[in-house]
Amino acid sequence: MSDTGPVLSVRDLTVSLPHRMGRVHAVREISFDVGRGETVCIVGESGCGKSMSAMAILNLLPRGAVRNAARLSFLGEDLLSAKEKRLREIRGDRIGVIFQEPLTALNPSLTIGEQLMEVYRRHRPSRQGQARERAVEMLGQVGIPSPEERMTQYPHHLSGGLRQRAVIAMALMCEPAMIIADEPTTALDVTIQAQILRLLIDLKNRFGLSLLLITHDLAVASRVADRIVVMYGGQVVEDATTQAFFNRPMHPYARGLLGCLPSLDPETKGKPLQVIPGTVPSLIGDLTGCTFRERCTQAGPECDEGIIPLRSLDGHRVRCVRAFGEALSR
Amino acid sequence: MSATESGAVAPVRSDLAHGLRRWFSNSGVTVGGGLLILIVLCALVGPLLVPHEAFDQSLIKRLRPPAWSGGLPEHPLGTDHLGRDYLARLLWGGRISLMIGLSTVIIASVIGTTMGILAGFYGGRVDFAVRFLIMVRLALPAVLIALAIAFIAGPSLQLLVIVLGLLLWDRFAVVARATTLQLRNREFVVAARAVGCSDFSIIMRDILPNISNQIIVIATVEFANAVLIAAALSFLGLGVQPPLPDWGLMIAEGKQYILFSPYLITLPGIAMMLLVLAVNLLGDGIRDVTDPEAKGR
Amino acid sequence: MARYVVRQLMLSLAVMVAVSIVGFVLLRASGDLALRIAGPEALADDVERIRVAYGLDKSLILQYLDWAWRVLHGDLGRSLFFPEEVSTLIAQRLPITLGLGALGLGAAILIGLPLGTLSALWPNGILDRAVLAVAVLGQAMPPFWLGLLLIIFFGLTLNILPVSGAESWRHLVLPTLVLAIATMPTILRLTRSGMIDALRADYIRTAKAKGLNPFTVVVKHALRNALIPIVAIAAVQMGALVGGSVVLETVFGIQGLGYLSWESINRADFPVVQANVLVLGVIYCILTFVSDLLHAFLDPRLREQ
Repeated sequence: MSDTGPVLSVRDLTVSLPHRMGRVHAVREISFDVGRGETVCIVGESGCGKSMSAMAILNLLPRGAVRNAARLSFLGEDLLSAKEKRLREIRGDRIGVIFQEPLTALNPSLTIGEQLMEVYRRHRPSRQGQARERAVEMLGQVGIPSPEERMTQYPHHLSGGLRQRAVIAMALMCEPAMIIADEPTTALDVTIQAQILRLLIDLKNRFGLSLLLITHDLAVASRVADRIVVMYGGQVVEDATTQAFFNRPMHPYARGLLGCLPSLDPETKGKPLQVIPGTVPSLIGDLTGCTFRERCTQAGPECDEGIIPLRSLDGHRVRCVRAFGEALSR
Repeated sequence: MSATESGAVAPVRSDLAHGLRRWFSNSGVTVGGGLLILIVLCALVGPLLVPHEAFDQSLIKRLRPPAWSGGLPEHPLGTDHLGRDYLARLLWGGRISLMIGLSTVIIASVIGTTMGILAGFYGGRVDFAVRFLIMVRLALPAVLIALAIAFIAGPSLQLLVIVLGLLLWDRFAVVARATTLQLRNREFVVAARAVGCSDFSIIMRDILPNISNQIIVIATVEFANAVLIAAALSFLGLGVQPPLPDWGLMIAEGKQYILFSPYLITLPGIAMMLLVLAVNLLGDGIRDVTDPEAKGR
Repeated sequence: MARYVVRQLMLSLAVMVAVSIVGFVLLRASGDLALRIAGPEALADDVERIRVAYGLDKSLILQYLDWAWRVLHGDLGRSLFFPEEVSTLIAQRLPITLGLGALGLGAAILIGLPLGTLSALWPNGILDRAVLAVAVLGQAMPPFWLGLLLIIFFGLTLNILPVSGAESWRHLVLPTLVLAIATMPTILRLTRSGMIDALRADYIRTAKAKGLNPFTVVVKHALRNALIPIVAIAAVQMGALVGGSVVLETVFGIQGLGYLSWESINRADFPVVQANVLVLGVIYCILTFVSDLLHAFLDPRLREQ
């Protein structure tokens, strides 16, 4: 593995699911990279395929789902052709996962300590004896008070915020190179959300982690991401550095999303929030034209035909026929 | 049951077609229901078509095996120890089993559902009393009590049905109570109460129609249960009495000839198994269709 | 927790009292006891003397209290047929019935738990359908008939197993098999539905994301949670097996509590019947109580309530 290459590299990843009306194309040929120590946010509405993309990386897809890709490599290792056994070695060890619902993500009938220690015992069999020590240490690291006591408690003893901290500690047990966090703050209270987000940023910096964060919340993404990947209808529609994205979002959908964001900007403050009309498109069957055209205010006849390519300018990628024309005209 | 009709929501036409398709695409409903209809038809019409009477004895034609193992062609399923045609008796026995299942379920469901609804609707002391009665009923060894009562009062078909009806109400009560509890605070019940409907009319118009699906499912379970327990009691000699051709009793009568005429035991058992199977499949099917959440349980 | 236990105990006690009343009523309904004890040739004077001696001239409530008082002191009365005291009879017969019930339940769990789990791993698959079909068939078979079929096949046709009695382990094979087949469907269905729910849970996805091997995921994480209601049901099933022992013990000629009840009913020996009703009721209460405790013990969320 090279020190300079991305930690995770995804090219043309597709995921499809069986459905009685035909195959559902949940993810269509998405590509992105996560660099060392970088935070990449995949942003989109629910049902846009962002969670599926994340779960496809570790092949944690629901039964019947099929994934494919031109490349899916983690630290130079091909995850696509990797055997299930090898994937299990990577899961929880090199890549930690944090899920949305801290309420249900923990096993109700096992103690917090057991659930932390079992990851360590699984992946560090030679250091079995240190599992306990390590678990207590990690609980402390994620800011859980009196970690010794928490070890013997069950998930229902902990508040939602503490539970999510425990889940984060669990993901960090084996010092992974990357964390995949699927909506880690969505189920929490707003104040707790901010705390957990701060904790994630903090831990990322402390341990030099790469972070792949899945969220529907651009406000969250704006605070933590180095790079933002916007998904719509199973496709990547825009991919840019956070700065470039917020400076000049190009895809009409991304702009719509930004318009939905409550702003502190004095110019727009006080104006009503915008709503993008329409709903998420059906993911069944083949694709022609732009997936967003039915909800797009600027759609024209050229948006109906062929496959709209993802075009790139200075590392800013956009899937819109008008994107760079507009950019050039500015 | 005018209450059921007035309280049920009238389905829209397309919903009806959709609903019918849902019912008929369920294998439990089609297979179980079909088998049950077949059994009912056999039991009702069969005895009229068979040339022999279920009660006609013939000592010269005792214990003839079924036709396929060397018996007489005019007795396709052979004859019993008194030379009575086994096919005729099996068909007749179907009537008895159906009658036992149906009557027991009617008695038990009325008792159990009433208790359950009252407990769920009024709560408090009524609920406590009903729960206590359910616990007592479950703690009583049903078969033993039924045997003792049958011995004391003298066994008969009528007594059997009454005793079973008085013993098998517990599941109806448990389910009716639980579902009524869920319904009690639903909008339409609260609304009915707010406009001053009497408790009785709320129970009849809002509660009963909405728990009927679950009650029907329990009815199938208890139907099967009643048939099995009744057969066991008849087998022990304290249920249906000879010369009635009850399946359980036929098995008991065949027991002496177990060595050389095992068909006397296997045939009534198979008949009983088919009936119970049909009812259970139908019940599972009804539950799957009316409560898709619980599918496969 | 302590309060809960005390409340359940009180309730169980009340249930036992109610069951004992039913047993008592059965005994009284069975005929004039003084006449039965005195025998058919006794003179009217003797009958009256016995009536007074046994306290049968008192009011029914006093008689019940008398009986209950003696029961509390371990005296379950005298049989009209056997020379032994009823308590001795039950002490001899009960272990056989309980043992057979435990064997049957054990076998049912041994078969039902793995099959139910496998079913749940591939719901609606071939294995699942086959297993469910077996369960449906098992539920539809009358146990006494199944017992007779097994007797015909293993005892008479193949002649490899004894068909009556309980002298050796070989005698117990067939009755255990019948009990197992009768109970297995319940255990299997519960396991299956519990496992399907558990395997869908988010914590299973978490466990997979931790890189645990499939066996650990299924057994440690899913089965552990699915097992909780099954353990509770198992205790209740044991009660049902013991309560239903009358029929099976008669078929296989096993001298357990069920057979004793059956003989006693046919001999109109109702003091024994009354005691058996009480004992079976008490066993049921104990088992449900144990089941509640087990449930609370296994489910950490219930433990503290």
